[in-house]
Amino acid sequence: MAEALTLAAIAVLAAVAVGLVRVLRGPSRLDRMMAVQLLGSGGVAVLALLAVASATEAILDVALTLALLAAFASVALARALGQARADGEEAGR
Amino acid sequence: MTALVLDGGIALLTIGIAAWTIRAGDDFAAVVGFIAYGLVLTLAWTRLGAYDVALTEAAIGGGATGVILMRAGARVKPAPASRPSRLARIIVGALSAAVAAGLAAVVLLPPQPAPSLALDVREHLASTGLGNPIGGVLMAYRAADTFLETVVVLLALFGVWSLGRDAHWGGRPGPAPRPGIGGPLPLFARILVPAGIVIGIYIVWVGADAPGGKFQGATILAAMAILAGMAGLVAAPATSGRRLRWLLAAGPIVFVGIGLAGIPLAGAFLAYPPGFEKPLILVIEVALTVSLAAMLALIVAGPPERSP
Amino acid sequence: MNALVGLFSTVAIAAGIVFFVAGTTGLLRFPDALTRLHALTKADNLGLGLIVLGLLPLSGSLGAALKLVVIWALVQFAGATVAQMIGALAAGEHPPSGGRRRR
Repeated sequence: MAEALTLAAIAVLAAVAVGLVRVLRGPSRLDRMMAVQLLGSGGVAVLALLAVASATEAILDVALTLALLAAFASVALARALGQARADGEEAGR
Repeated sequence: MTALVLDGGIALLTIGIAAWTIRAGDDFAAVVGFIAYGLVLTLAWTRLGAYDVALTEAAIGGGATGVILMRAGARVKPAPASRPSRLARIIVGALSAAVAAGLAAVVLLPPQPAPSLALDVREHLASTGLGNPIGGVLMAYRAADTFLETVVVLLALFGVWSLGRDAHWGGRPGPAPRPGIGGPLPLFARILVPAGIVIGIYIVWVGADAPGGKFQGATILAAMAILAGMAGLVAAPATSGRRLRWLLAAGPIVFVGIGLAGIPLAGAFLAYPPGFEKPLILVIEVALTVSLAAMLALIVAGPPERSP
Repeated sequence: MNALVGLFSTVAIAAGIVFFVAGTTGLLRFPDALTRLHALTKADNLGLGLIVLGLLPLSGSLGAALKLVVIWALVQFAGATVAQMIGALAAGEHPPSGGRRRR
Protein backbone atom coordinates (compact mmCIF):
# COMPACT_ATOMS: atom_id res chain seq x y z
CA MET A 1 0.00 0.00 0.00
CA ALA A 2 2.87 2.37 0.80
CA GLU A 3 4.11 2.07 -2.77
CA ALA A 4 0.67 2.86 -4.18
CA LEU A 5 0.31 5.89 -1.91
CA THR A 6 3.71 7.20 -3.02
CA LEU A 7 2.56 6.77 -6.63
CA ALA A 8 -0.57 8.75 -5.81
CA ALA A 9 1.63 11.48 -4.27
CA ILE A 10 3.66 11.62 -7.50
CA ALA A 11 0.45 11.95 -9.53
CA VAL A 12 -0.85 14.84 -7.41
CA LEU A 13 2.53 16.59 -7.44
CA ALA A 14 2.78 16.23 -11.22
CA ALA A 15 -0.74 17.61 -11.65
CA VAL A 16 -0.15 20.75 -9.56
CA ALA A 17 3.35 21.22 -11.01
CA VAL A 18 1.81 21.49 -14.47
CA GLY A 19 -0.60 24.04 -13.02
CA LEU A 20 2.43 26.16 -12.11
CA VAL A 21 2.59 27.16 -15.76
CA ARG A 22 -0.12 29.65 -14.73
CA VAL A 23 2.30 31.23 -12.26
CA LEU A 24 4.73 31.59 -15.13
CA ARG A 25 2.33 32.84 -17.75
CA GLY A 26 -0.12 34.79 -15.61
CA PRO A 27 -1.33 36.91 -17.32
CA SER A 28 -3.00 38.55 -14.34
CA ARG A 29 -1.91 38.51 -10.72
CA LEU A 30 -5.09 36.63 -9.88
CA ASP A 31 -4.01 33.76 -12.14
CA ARG A 32 -0.64 33.53 -10.43
CA MET A 33 -2.36 33.49 -7.05
CA MET A 34 -4.72 30.73 -8.07
CA ALA A 35 -1.87 28.57 -9.32
CA VAL A 36 0.05 28.95 -6.07
CA GLN A 37 -3.09 28.13 -4.14
CA LEU A 38 -3.49 24.95 -6.16
CA LEU A 39 0.13 24.12 -5.36
CA GLY A 40 -0.66 24.64 -1.67
CA SER A 41 -3.63 22.27 -1.72
CA GLY A 42 -1.64 19.78 -3.75
CA GLY A 43 1.30 20.04 -1.35
CA VAL A 44 -1.00 19.34 1.58
CA ALA A 45 -2.43 16.32 -0.28
CA VAL A 46 1.10 15.04 -1.06
CA LEU A 47 2.12 15.40 2.61
CA ALA A 48 -1.04 13.60 3.79
CA LEU A 49 -0.36 10.73 1.36
CA LEU A 50 3.29 10.50 2.45
CA ALA A 51 2.34 10.63 6.13
CA VAL A 52 0.03 7.63 5.78
CA ALA A 53 2.42 5.83 3.40
CA SER A 54 5.29 6.02 5.91
CA ALA A 55 3.06 5.92 9.03
CA THR A 56 4.82 9.07 10.29
CA GLU A 57 2.52 11.28 12.29
CA ALA A 58 5.03 14.15 12.30
CA ILE A 59 4.36 14.63 8.56
CA LEU A 60 0.70 15.23 9.41
CA ASP A 61 1.81 18.07 11.68
CA VAL A 62 3.76 19.51 8.75
CA ALA A 63 0.63 19.20 6.57
CA LEU A 64 -1.45 20.88 9.28
CA THR A 65 0.99 23.79 9.52
CA LEU A 66 1.19 24.10 5.75
CA ALA A 67 -2.62 24.11 5.41
CA LEU A 68 -2.90 26.87 8.02
CA LEU A 69 -0.09 29.08 6.73
CA ALA A 70 -0.90 28.58 3.05
CA ALA A 71 -4.43 29.76 3.84
CA PHE A 72 -2.96 32.75 5.63
CA ALA A 73 -0.66 33.58 2.72
CA SER A 74 -3.44 33.28 0.12
CA VAL A 75 -5.77 35.53 2.10
CA ALA A 76 -2.98 38.06 2.69
CA LEU A 77 -2.15 38.15 -1.04
CA ALA A 78 -5.81 38.58 -1.99
CA ARG A 79 -6.15 41.38 0.55
CA ALA A 80 -3.00 43.07 -0.70
CA LEU A 81 -4.40 42.97 -4.24
CA GLY A 82 -7.72 44.35 -3.06
CA GLN A 83 -5.98 47.19 -1.24
CA ALA A 84 -3.82 47.99 -4.22
CA ARG A 85 -7.02 48.13 -6.27
CA ALA A 86 -8.67 50.38 -3.69
CA ASP A 87 -5.65 52.68 -3.82
CA GLY A 88 -6.37 53.14 -7.47
CA GLU A 89 -3.39 51.24 -8.65
CA GLU A 90 -3.79 49.16 -11.77
CA ALA A 91 -3.62 45.71 -10.21
CA GLY A 92 -4.73 43.62 -13.14
CA ARG A 93 -1.25 43.11 -14.45
CA MET B 1 11.87 3.44 -7.87
CA THR B 2 8.74 5.44 -7.03
CA ALA B 3 10.66 7.13 -4.23
CA LEU B 4 13.37 8.11 -6.71
CA VAL B 5 10.82 9.57 -9.13
CA LEU B 6 9.18 11.56 -6.32
CA ASP B 7 12.49 12.90 -5.01
CA GLY B 8 13.71 13.71 -8.50
CA GLY B 9 10.48 15.53 -9.27
CA ILE B 10 10.68 17.58 -6.08
CA ALA B 11 14.31 18.46 -6.81
CA LEU B 12 13.55 19.57 -10.37
CA LEU B 13 10.55 21.57 -9.20
CA THR B 14 12.65 23.31 -6.52
CA ILE B 15 15.34 24.35 -8.97
CA GLY B 16 12.81 25.36 -11.62
CA ILE B 17 10.77 27.56 -9.29
CA ALA B 18 13.93 29.09 -7.81
CA ALA B 19 15.24 29.99 -11.25
CA TRP B 20 11.92 31.44 -12.33
CA THR B 21 11.55 33.48 -9.12
CA ILE B 22 14.96 35.08 -9.69
CA ARG B 23 14.00 36.00 -13.25
CA ALA B 24 10.45 37.18 -12.43
CA GLY B 25 9.93 40.71 -13.64
CA ASP B 26 7.55 42.21 -11.10
CA ASP B 27 7.33 42.15 -7.31
CA PHE B 28 4.07 40.31 -7.03
CA ALA B 29 5.14 37.52 -9.39
CA ALA B 30 8.41 37.11 -7.49
CA VAL B 31 6.61 36.91 -4.14
CA VAL B 32 4.19 34.31 -5.50
CA GLY B 33 7.16 32.38 -6.87
CA PHE B 34 8.87 32.56 -3.49
CA ILE B 35 5.79 31.18 -1.72
CA ALA B 36 5.66 28.32 -4.23
CA TYR B 37 9.37 27.74 -3.57
CA GLY B 38 8.68 27.51 0.19
CA LEU B 39 5.91 24.99 -0.44
CA VAL B 40 8.17 22.76 -2.52
CA LEU B 41 11.04 23.07 -0.02
CA THR B 42 8.65 21.84 2.68
CA LEU B 43 8.13 18.70 0.61
CA ALA B 44 11.89 18.35 0.10
CA TRP B 45 12.69 18.57 3.83
CA THR B 46 9.90 16.09 4.55
CA ARG B 47 11.40 13.63 2.06
CA LEU B 48 14.79 14.08 3.76
CA GLY B 49 13.20 13.12 7.08
CA ALA B 50 13.98 16.53 8.59
CA TYR B 51 10.46 17.12 9.91
CA ASP B 52 11.52 19.93 12.23
CA VAL B 53 12.96 21.86 9.30
CA ALA B 54 9.93 21.03 7.15
CA LEU B 55 7.66 22.48 9.84
CA THR B 56 9.76 25.64 9.98
CA GLU B 57 9.72 25.95 6.20
CA ALA B 58 5.95 25.43 6.08
CA ALA B 59 5.40 28.11 8.71
CA ILE B 60 8.04 30.66 7.77
CA GLY B 61 8.91 29.99 4.12
CA GLY B 62 5.43 29.29 2.83
CA GLY B 63 3.44 31.80 4.82
CA ALA B 64 5.14 34.46 6.87
CA THR B 65 8.02 35.37 4.55
CA GLY B 66 5.68 35.76 1.60
CA VAL B 67 3.63 38.29 3.53
CA ILE B 68 6.72 40.13 4.80
CA LEU B 69 8.10 40.36 1.25
CA MET B 70 4.71 41.50 -0.05
CA ARG B 71 4.56 44.34 2.50
CA ALA B 72 8.19 45.25 1.91
CA GLY B 73 7.57 45.37 -1.84
CA ALA B 74 4.58 47.66 -1.31
CA ARG B 75 6.69 50.06 0.80
CA VAL B 76 9.69 50.27 -1.48
CA LYS B 77 9.31 52.67 -4.38
CA PRO B 78 9.82 50.90 -7.68
CA ALA B 79 13.46 51.31 -8.57
CA PRO B 80 14.41 52.37 -12.08
CA ALA B 81 15.39 49.32 -14.09
CA SER B 82 19.15 49.21 -13.92
CA ARG B 83 21.53 46.54 -15.02
CA PRO B 84 24.70 46.05 -13.00
CA SER B 85 27.92 46.51 -14.93
CA ARG B 86 29.55 43.60 -16.69
CA LEU B 87 32.37 43.44 -14.14
CA ALA B 88 29.93 43.39 -11.21
CA ARG B 89 27.98 40.57 -12.81
CA ILE B 90 31.14 38.54 -13.41
CA ILE B 91 32.25 39.02 -9.78
CA VAL B 92 28.80 38.07 -8.43
CA GLY B 93 28.69 35.05 -10.72
CA ALA B 94 32.14 33.90 -9.62
CA LEU B 95 31.28 34.30 -5.93
CA SER B 96 28.01 32.38 -6.36
CA ALA B 97 29.82 29.61 -8.20
CA ALA B 98 32.42 29.45 -5.42
CA VAL B 99 29.69 29.12 -2.77
CA ALA B 100 27.94 26.42 -4.80
CA ALA B 101 31.23 24.55 -5.30
CA GLY B 102 32.02 24.81 -1.60
CA LEU B 103 28.64 23.44 -0.63
CA ALA B 104 28.94 20.65 -3.17
CA ALA B 105 32.37 19.74 -1.78
CA VAL B 106 30.99 19.62 1.78
CA VAL B 107 28.12 17.37 0.69
CA LEU B 108 30.09 15.12 -1.67
CA LEU B 109 33.39 14.81 0.23
CA PRO B 110 32.56 14.41 3.92
CA PRO B 111 35.49 13.53 6.21
CA GLN B 112 35.60 9.82 7.04
CA PRO B 113 34.30 9.08 9.56
CA ALA B 114 32.00 12.08 9.73
CA PRO B 115 32.54 14.03 12.95
CA SER B 116 29.26 13.70 14.80
CA LEU B 117 28.03 14.18 18.33
CA ALA B 118 24.68 12.61 17.47
CA LEU B 119 25.37 9.40 19.42
CA ASP B 120 26.49 11.29 22.52
CA VAL B 121 23.39 13.49 22.31
CA ARG B 122 21.08 10.51 21.94
CA GLU B 123 22.71 8.78 24.91
CA HIS B 124 22.20 11.75 27.22
CA LEU B 125 18.85 12.91 25.86
CA ALA B 126 16.98 11.27 28.72
CA SER B 127 18.69 13.60 31.21
CA THR B 128 17.02 16.62 29.59
CA GLY B 129 13.59 15.08 30.07
CA LEU B 130 12.77 15.71 26.40
CA GLY B 131 11.97 13.11 23.74
CA ASN B 132 12.76 15.25 20.70
CA PRO B 133 16.55 15.29 20.11
CA ILE B 134 16.29 18.61 18.27
CA GLY B 135 14.47 20.23 21.17
CA GLY B 136 17.06 18.72 23.52
CA VAL B 137 19.97 20.13 21.55
CA LEU B 138 18.36 23.56 21.19
CA MET B 139 17.42 23.92 24.84
CA ALA B 140 20.23 22.01 26.61
CA TYR B 141 23.42 21.76 24.55
CA ARG B 142 22.98 24.89 22.48
CA ALA B 143 20.97 26.99 24.90
CA ALA B 144 23.24 30.02 24.38
CA ASP B 145 22.64 29.85 20.61
CA THR B 146 18.90 29.62 21.08
CA PHE B 147 19.00 32.60 23.43
CA LEU B 148 20.98 34.70 20.98
CA GLU B 149 18.64 33.73 18.14
CA THR B 150 15.77 35.19 20.10
CA VAL B 151 17.74 38.36 20.75
CA VAL B 152 18.49 38.64 17.03
CA VAL B 153 14.75 38.63 16.29
CA LEU B 154 14.28 41.36 18.91
CA LEU B 155 17.08 43.41 17.33
CA ALA B 156 15.43 42.97 13.93
CA LEU B 157 12.25 44.42 15.42
CA PHE B 158 14.22 47.42 16.76
CA GLY B 159 15.64 47.81 13.28
CA VAL B 160 12.15 47.89 11.80
CA TRP B 161 10.96 50.39 14.40
CA SER B 162 13.93 52.64 13.78
CA LEU B 163 12.74 53.10 10.18
CA GLY B 164 9.79 55.17 11.40
CA ARG B 165 9.85 58.97 11.58
CA ASP B 166 10.94 60.57 14.86
CA ALA B 167 7.47 62.03 15.34
CA HIS B 168 5.94 58.57 15.17
CA TRP B 169 8.32 56.89 17.65
CA GLY B 170 6.29 54.77 20.02
CA GLY B 171 3.19 55.08 17.85
CA ARG B 172 1.08 52.46 16.17
CA PRO B 173 2.43 50.62 13.12
CA GLY B 174 0.72 50.77 9.75
CA PRO B 175 -1.84 53.17 8.35
CA ALA B 176 -5.05 53.83 10.27
CA PRO B 177 -7.54 51.00 9.72
CA ARG B 178 -10.13 51.70 7.07
CA PRO B 179 -13.66 51.42 8.31
CA GLY B 180 -15.92 48.73 6.94
CA ILE B 181 -13.71 45.88 5.87
CA GLY B 182 -16.36 43.88 4.12
CA GLY B 183 -16.51 40.54 2.42
CA PRO B 184 -15.66 37.19 3.90
CA LEU B 185 -12.45 38.26 5.62
CA PRO B 186 -13.82 39.14 9.11
CA LEU B 187 -15.77 35.87 9.31
CA PHE B 188 -12.75 33.95 8.06
CA ALA B 189 -10.55 35.50 10.74
CA ARG B 190 -13.11 34.91 13.49
CA ILE B 191 -13.11 31.19 12.75
CA LEU B 192 -9.51 30.61 11.66
CA VAL B 193 -7.75 32.59 14.40
CA PRO B 194 -9.04 30.48 17.34
CA ALA B 195 -8.31 27.27 15.42
CA GLY B 196 -4.85 28.57 14.51
CA ILE B 197 -4.07 29.49 18.12
CA VAL B 198 -4.92 25.94 19.22
CA ILE B 199 -2.72 24.51 16.44
CA GLY B 200 0.12 26.89 17.34
CA ILE B 201 0.04 25.85 21.00
CA TYR B 202 -0.13 22.21 19.93
CA ILE B 203 2.99 22.61 17.76
CA VAL B 204 4.88 24.17 20.69
CA TRP B 205 3.68 21.48 23.09
CA VAL B 206 4.43 18.53 20.81
CA GLY B 207 7.91 19.98 20.27
CA ALA B 208 9.12 18.44 23.53
CA ASP B 209 8.77 14.91 22.21
CA ALA B 210 8.26 15.17 18.44
CA PRO B 211 9.09 17.62 15.64
CA GLY B 212 7.75 21.06 16.51
CA GLY B 213 8.70 23.78 18.92
CA LYS B 214 8.63 27.41 19.85
CA PHE B 215 9.84 29.00 16.63
CA GLN B 216 7.30 27.18 14.48
CA GLY B 217 4.50 27.63 17.01
CA ALA B 218 5.32 31.31 17.48
CA THR B 219 5.20 31.86 13.72
CA ILE B 220 1.73 30.33 13.58
CA LEU B 221 0.57 32.51 16.49
CA ALA B 222 2.07 35.60 14.86
CA ALA B 223 0.31 34.77 11.58
CA MET B 224 -2.99 34.57 13.44
CA ALA B 225 -2.37 37.95 15.07
CA ILE B 226 -1.62 39.46 11.66
CA LEU B 227 -4.75 37.88 10.21
CA ALA B 228 -6.88 39.33 13.00
CA GLY B 229 -5.31 42.71 12.23
CA MET B 230 -5.97 42.41 8.48
CA ALA B 231 -9.61 41.59 9.16
CA GLY B 232 -9.94 44.63 11.42
CA LEU B 233 -10.69 42.53 14.50
CA VAL B 234 -7.79 43.96 16.50
CA ALA B 235 -5.93 47.23 16.17
CA ALA B 236 -2.15 47.33 16.06
CA PRO B 237 -0.89 48.23 19.56
CA ALA B 238 1.14 51.36 20.26
CA THR B 239 4.80 50.32 20.21
CA SER B 240 5.46 52.34 23.36
CA GLY B 241 2.87 50.38 25.36
CA ARG B 242 4.26 49.12 28.63
CA ARG B 243 2.43 45.81 28.41
CA LEU B 244 3.68 45.24 24.89
CA ARG B 245 7.28 45.96 25.91
CA TRP B 246 7.01 43.45 28.76
CA LEU B 247 5.54 40.88 26.38
CA LEU B 248 8.55 41.32 24.06
CA ALA B 249 11.05 41.16 26.90
CA ALA B 250 9.47 38.30 28.84
CA GLY B 251 11.14 35.49 26.87
CA PRO B 252 14.72 36.80 26.95
CA ILE B 253 14.36 37.88 30.62
CA VAL B 254 13.07 34.47 31.74
CA PHE B 255 15.80 32.76 29.71
CA VAL B 256 18.58 34.94 31.18
CA GLY B 257 17.10 34.69 34.68
CA ILE B 258 17.03 30.90 34.64
CA GLY B 259 20.44 30.90 32.93
CA LEU B 260 22.01 33.08 35.66
CA ALA B 261 20.36 31.00 38.37
CA GLY B 262 22.19 28.05 36.83
CA ILE B 263 25.57 29.50 37.91
CA PRO B 264 25.08 28.98 41.67
CA LEU B 265 22.63 26.06 41.35
CA ALA B 266 24.18 23.93 38.59
CA GLY B 267 27.68 25.33 38.20
CA ALA B 268 27.39 27.04 34.81
CA PHE B 269 25.50 29.75 32.93
CA LEU B 270 22.41 28.25 31.28
CA ALA B 271 22.92 24.91 33.07
CA TYR B 272 19.82 23.40 34.61
CA PRO B 273 19.89 21.90 38.12
CA PRO B 274 19.48 18.11 37.85
CA GLY B 275 15.90 16.95 38.21
CA PHE B 276 14.43 20.30 37.13
CA GLU B 277 15.46 20.21 33.46
CA LYS B 278 12.07 19.52 31.95
CA PRO B 279 9.96 22.02 33.94
CA LEU B 280 12.57 24.77 33.50
CA ILE B 281 12.87 24.13 29.77
CA LEU B 282 9.08 24.22 29.54
CA VAL B 283 8.90 27.58 31.34
CA ILE B 284 11.54 29.03 29.00
CA GLU B 285 9.78 27.62 25.93
CA VAL B 286 6.43 29.12 26.90
CA ALA B 287 7.94 32.55 27.65
CA LEU B 288 9.97 32.50 24.43
CA THR B 289 6.92 31.48 22.38
CA VAL B 290 4.89 34.42 23.63
CA SER B 291 7.72 36.90 23.05
CA LEU B 292 8.68 35.49 19.63
CA ALA B 293 5.07 35.57 18.45
CA ALA B 294 4.80 39.24 19.48
CA MET B 295 8.14 40.08 17.82
CA LEU B 296 7.28 38.38 14.52
CA ALA B 297 3.82 39.93 14.34
CA LEU B 298 5.26 43.41 15.01
CA ILE B 299 8.03 42.95 12.43
CA VAL B 300 5.34 42.24 9.82
CA ALA B 301 3.24 45.17 11.08
CA GLY B 302 6.15 47.44 10.23
CA PRO B 303 7.52 50.70 11.65
CA PRO B 304 5.22 53.05 13.57
CA GLU B 305 3.42 55.35 11.16
CA ARG B 306 1.06 57.21 13.46
CA SER B 307 1.86 59.50 16.38
CA PRO B 308 1.52 57.84 19.76
CA MET C 1 -6.34 -5.25 5.72
CA ASN C 2 -9.91 -5.67 4.73
CA ALA C 3 -10.09 -5.90 0.93
CA LEU C 4 -13.22 -3.79 0.81
CA VAL C 5 -11.54 -0.97 2.78
CA GLY C 6 -8.57 -1.18 0.44
CA LEU C 7 -10.83 -0.90 -2.58
CA PHE C 8 -12.67 2.07 -1.06
CA SER C 9 -9.40 3.88 -0.37
CA THR C 10 -8.04 3.17 -3.83
CA VAL C 11 -11.18 4.44 -5.54
CA ALA C 12 -11.42 7.57 -3.38
CA ILE C 13 -7.74 8.50 -3.79
CA ALA C 14 -7.84 7.83 -7.52
CA ALA C 15 -10.92 10.04 -7.83
CA GLY C 16 -9.11 12.72 -5.82
CA ILE C 17 -6.20 12.63 -8.26
CA VAL C 18 -8.65 12.96 -11.15
CA PHE C 19 -10.00 16.15 -9.60
CA PHE C 20 -6.51 17.56 -9.13
CA VAL C 21 -5.77 16.85 -12.80
CA ALA C 22 -9.11 18.40 -13.75
CA GLY C 23 -8.34 21.48 -11.65
CA THR C 24 -4.97 21.93 -13.35
CA THR C 25 -6.47 21.39 -16.79
CA GLY C 26 -9.13 24.00 -16.08
CA LEU C 27 -6.58 26.42 -14.70
CA LEU C 28 -4.58 26.13 -17.90
CA ARG C 29 -7.34 25.91 -20.48
CA PHE C 30 -10.23 28.07 -19.28
CA PRO C 31 -10.43 31.50 -20.92
CA ASP C 32 -10.60 33.98 -18.02
CA ALA C 33 -9.97 34.39 -14.31
CA LEU C 34 -13.53 33.68 -13.17
CA THR C 35 -13.82 30.38 -15.03
CA ARG C 36 -10.33 29.38 -13.91
CA LEU C 37 -11.44 30.05 -10.35
CA HIS C 38 -14.24 27.58 -10.91
CA ALA C 39 -11.70 24.92 -11.89
CA LEU C 40 -9.47 25.69 -8.94
CA THR C 41 -12.18 25.24 -6.32
CA LYS C 42 -12.92 21.77 -7.68
CA ALA C 43 -9.36 20.66 -7.04
CA ASP C 44 -9.26 22.31 -3.61
CA ASN C 45 -12.52 20.90 -2.35
CA LEU C 46 -13.03 17.57 -4.04
CA GLY C 47 -9.44 16.63 -4.86
CA LEU C 48 -8.09 16.99 -1.35
CA GLY C 49 -11.43 15.92 0.18
CA LEU C 50 -11.50 12.60 -1.66
CA ILE C 51 -7.83 11.90 -0.92
CA VAL C 52 -8.41 12.58 2.78
CA LEU C 53 -11.51 10.38 2.69
CA GLY C 54 -9.49 7.57 1.14
CA LEU C 55 -6.69 7.97 3.68
CA LEU C 56 -8.98 7.93 6.73
CA PRO C 57 -9.31 4.13 7.03
CA LEU C 58 -5.54 3.75 6.47
CA SER C 59 -4.47 6.38 8.98
CA GLY C 60 -3.94 3.91 11.80
CA SER C 61 -5.04 5.99 14.78
CA LEU C 62 -7.98 8.14 15.74
CA GLY C 63 -5.66 11.09 16.34
CA ALA C 64 -4.19 10.87 12.85
CA ALA C 65 -7.66 10.56 11.31
CA LEU C 66 -8.81 13.61 13.26
CA LYS C 67 -5.79 15.59 12.03
CA LEU C 68 -6.59 14.60 8.43
CA VAL C 69 -10.14 15.89 8.82
CA VAL C 70 -8.92 19.16 10.39
CA ILE C 71 -6.41 19.60 7.53
CA TRP C 72 -9.18 19.13 4.98
CA ALA C 73 -11.50 21.52 6.83
CA LEU C 74 -8.77 24.19 6.96
CA VAL C 75 -8.04 23.98 3.24
CA GLN C 76 -11.74 23.88 2.44
CA PHE C 77 -12.48 26.94 4.54
CA ALA C 78 -9.52 28.90 3.23
CA GLY C 79 -10.37 27.89 -0.33
CA ALA C 80 -13.92 29.17 0.03
CA THR C 81 -12.73 32.49 1.48
CA VAL C 82 -10.01 33.06 -1.09
CA ALA C 83 -12.41 32.08 -3.88
CA GLN C 84 -14.78 34.82 -2.67
CA MET C 85 -11.99 37.38 -2.54
CA ILE C 86 -10.54 36.43 -5.92
CA GLY C 87 -14.04 36.33 -7.39
CA ALA C 88 -14.76 39.86 -6.19
CA LEU C 89 -11.45 41.09 -7.62
CA ALA C 90 -11.98 39.28 -10.93
CA ALA C 91 -15.54 40.62 -11.22
CA GLY C 92 -14.14 44.10 -10.65
CA GLU C 93 -11.75 43.47 -13.50
CA HIS C 94 -14.34 42.33 -16.02
CA PRO C 95 -17.75 43.67 -15.01
CA PRO C 96 -20.54 41.57 -16.52
CA SER C 97 -21.97 44.67 -18.17
CA GLY C 98 -18.71 45.13 -19.98
CA GLY C 99 -19.97 42.94 -22.78
CA ARG C 100 -17.21 40.41 -22.40
CA ARG C 101 -18.37 37.07 -23.68
CA ARG C 102 -18.00 34.29 -21.20
CA ARG C 103 -18.45 30.63 -21.86
